[in-house]
Amino acid sequence: MADLSIEFAGIKAPNPFWLASAPPTDKAYNVIRAFEAGWGGVVWKTLGEDPAAVNVSSRYSAHFGPNREVLGINNIELITDRSLEINLREITQVKKAWPDRALIVSLMVPCVEDAWKTILPLVEATGADGIELNFGCPHGMPERGMGAAVGQVPEYVEQVTRWCKTYRSLPVIVKLTPNITDIRQSARAAHRGGADAVSLINTINSITSVDLERMIALPIVGEASTHGGYCGSAVKPIALNMVAEIARDPATHGLPISGIGGIGSWRDAAEFIALGCGSVQVCTAAMLHGFRIVDEMKDGLSRWMDSQGYHSLQDFRGRAVGHTTDWKYLDINYQVIARIDQQACIGCGRCHIACEDTSHQAIASLVKAEGGHRYEVIDAECVGCNLCQITCPVEDCIEMVPQDTGKPFLDWLHDPRNPYREAS
Amino acid sequence: MINALNHLPHPQDDNATLATHFSDLAPPLTPRQAAVESARCLYCYDAPCVDACPSDIDIPSFIRNIQQDNVQGAAIKILSANILGGSCARVCPTEILCQQACVRNNAQECAPVLIGLLQRYAVDHAEFAEHPFQRAPSTGKRIAVVGAGPAGLACAHRLAWHGHEVVIFEAREKAGGLNEYGIAKYKLVDDFAQRELDFVLQVGGIEIRHGQVLGDNLSLGELQQQFDAVFLGLGLAASRQLGLPDEGAPGLLSATEYIRELRQADDLSTLPLAERCIVLGAGNTAIDMAVQMARLGAHDVNLVYRRGLQDMGATQHEQDIAKANQVRLLTWAQPEQVLLDDQGRVRGMRFARTHLVDGRLQTTGQTFELAADAIFKAIGQAFDGQALSDPQALQLERDGERIRVDDNLRTSLPGVYAGGDCTHLGQDLTVQAVQHGKRAAEAIHAQLTLNVEAA
Repeated sequence: MADLSIEFAGIKAPNPFWLASAPPTDKAYNVIRAFEAGWGGVVWKTLGEDPAAVNVSSRYSAHFGPNREVLGINNIELITDRSLEINLREITQVKKAWPDRALIVSLMVPCVEDAWKTILPLVEATGADGIELNFGCPHGMPERGMGAAVGQVPEYVEQVTRWCKTYRSLPVIVKLTPNITDIRQSARAAHRGGADAVSLINTINSITSVDLERMIALPIVGEASTHGGYCGSAVKPIALNMVAEIARDPATHGLPISGIGGIGSWRDAAEFIALGCGSVQVCTAAMLHGFRIVDEMKDGLSRWMDSQGYHSLQDFRGRAVGHTTDWKYLDINYQVIARIDQQACIGCGRCHIACEDTSHQAIASLVKAEGGHRYEVIDAECVGCNLCQITCPVEDCIEMVPQDTGKPFLDWLHDPRNPYREAS
Repeated sequence: MINALNHLPHPQDDNATLATHFSDLAPPLTPRQAAVESARCLYCYDAPCVDACPSDIDIPSFIRNIQQDNVQGAAIKILSANILGGSCARVCPTEILCQQACVRNNAQECAPVLIGLLQRYAVDHAEFAEHPFQRAPSTGKRIAVVGAGPAGLACAHRLAWHGHEVVIFEAREKAGGLNEYGIAKYKLVDDFAQRELDFVLQVGGIEIRHGQVLGDNLSLGELQQQFDAVFLGLGLAASRQLGLPDEGAPGLLSATEYIRELRQADDLSTLPLAERCIVLGAGNTAIDMAVQMARLGAHDVNLVYRRGLQDMGATQHEQDIAKANQVRLLTWAQPEQVLLDDQGRVRGMRFARTHLVDGRLQTTGQTFELAADAIFKAIGQAFDGQALSDPQALQLERDGERIRVDDNLRTSLPGVYAGGDCTHLGQDLTVQAVQHGKRAAEAIHAQLTLNVEAA
């Protein structure tokens, strides 16, 4: 079986699957259960200054699919509501009992130098492997000048990171908020401040739904609600993009990335690693199914790696980064056309109506003599948009077939139709 | 009671126990089940299920409404196409209609969406403060509908909705036709048929006159004179005969007669029980009869058909129900003689074995006997010729015995329309009858409106 072990920003772990700083990592009981289940590491739920934060009831709400499958969870829980002393004591005990696992401590204190200077030695004394700076919490804490309020200002990110690197030698992972316009600015700031790594994404500002009887958004606290942080599989595409943006940014080249956002399967993890991540962090999937999910994630990832001939994660880490580029560098002359496997087609007509109403009228609906319809692609009209393939309920029924156009590679920068093209 | 079976004993179980054998064969979906099942619908475009529905219900749309917690909207979508959507959801052979056509009805997709049960869920759970179809202003036109079965009721409702006045002439005590008198009790339980009838009549403008029998105290000529149009939804009131001696002996009767009695019985334990019985026939009525007798407590129920299983009118689903109820299906045997005991009552039947010779059914020369306390005939329904005996009615053109109609349900007589089982159009199904009634109403409405404009 493939070797899943990692060394990430100087931190060793038997596998890349870490639990993210969140409710599942709030206390020793949970973390020990996680380690027993086989997780490679844990980022302990964010510590702050005493007195500890106070949480409200209720705290979570969800965005559901048509069959109550959870697409995403929104939460308004703050950082740990237990005292610093209890947390530090438990961290010390757990690290001692589980020396081979990565144990990182998430931190969030006010944006003043003394606050960081004070807490860092306390954390280092626990034996923890590193710290993660929570610059992403989107609810509650920013109102107090912490969390995303720091993460959204690159100068603050740089400053706090530098304090941490100045006063202690522990590896520093800067956790980034996605609630910004350009994730690269925050990553560059962390890099300038001396960060050993970045992790992303933290949760996204969200309201999942509204109770239309009471006219209150969810989750409801008394007679009101507030926005929370969104996570779960629905945010994976956003997270993957932000990871890729940083991975291919020359200014942060080589900066280790811990991927977070909707990871629930080995395939999700492999995708983050392919886009440059050295470790992955999981929360929502564990909150929905328990810690046991790591078993299938580890097994699936190593079997897939075996099938691909990858011996270690390093063998494929970042392999997809080079294939991720700006739109202007795409080949304008590349052409695919949909092809429907008539044997596999179940005749639902979804490809037809999707193309007919909203795309290019490239799928004909032909009435069959024996009743029912036959759907055929009109090659001349098909632009290769993939919509029919997306709406088709049958896997592999519609294939997007590359066409031999006989035309050479041509990007927009050199396309004669581009009025601002570069002279060749 | 059924005189022909007076000599038979009664079921051993009490009414409460027996009632449990006649509860819903397919229990209704719970809200959670409806949510799960509705999510399985792929919301097809030009959906094959809709093509397969004789009453043109927009199935993907009503299922999507269920999925989006809009049960009222789902019910309206169903009822606007099929006002008897509640009973059709229960009695339709969905396995040969919508659910057979469902794109998920293949090995890859595991199973069709349970369209019938979802339809029932929508109609059962919708609550209307008032009748959801408000009548158009009165047209002053009066239409006679003969027969208060599914065809007649659907026709009357649609006509009343368009603002016409309707009088339904019904021979029996209760309206509803086969829904009230002819469907297996476990398919259409409790008083649903009457509740659905009440709902249909809520539209207003419909009067039902009972005890009105065409060809007896009612004639087509009179109706034509008194009304602006006539719709005939006569059904097939007569049971086919075997044509054997002793067919009138005690212990031998038509299955429909027994089912009617069973459906109307307040106390199932008072029904006659044929411990050993024979059901002759191959359609769904034969299955209904056999299974119900088995559920009353009969131990030896034989369904005998002169051809093979594959030739049976009963669907595979129905045959499976029979087998699950320990009904023995005997094929390739035709009745030869009714066997009587010394008191002249049925004691069994002799059958001739049959086979195909050059595509023709012939007896093999072998015979066998089956003992039975009763024999039920379910070899098909026939037209009651007496109904069309007045001079006007005799002019109606026929297809065989049934009334000939064109695509607009018009008979050969001006202003006279017909639909349902008494015509040859489509299959003999409740849902088909509803569609006939609905389309005939639209044709009548168009005709009457056209005449107004012309005048």
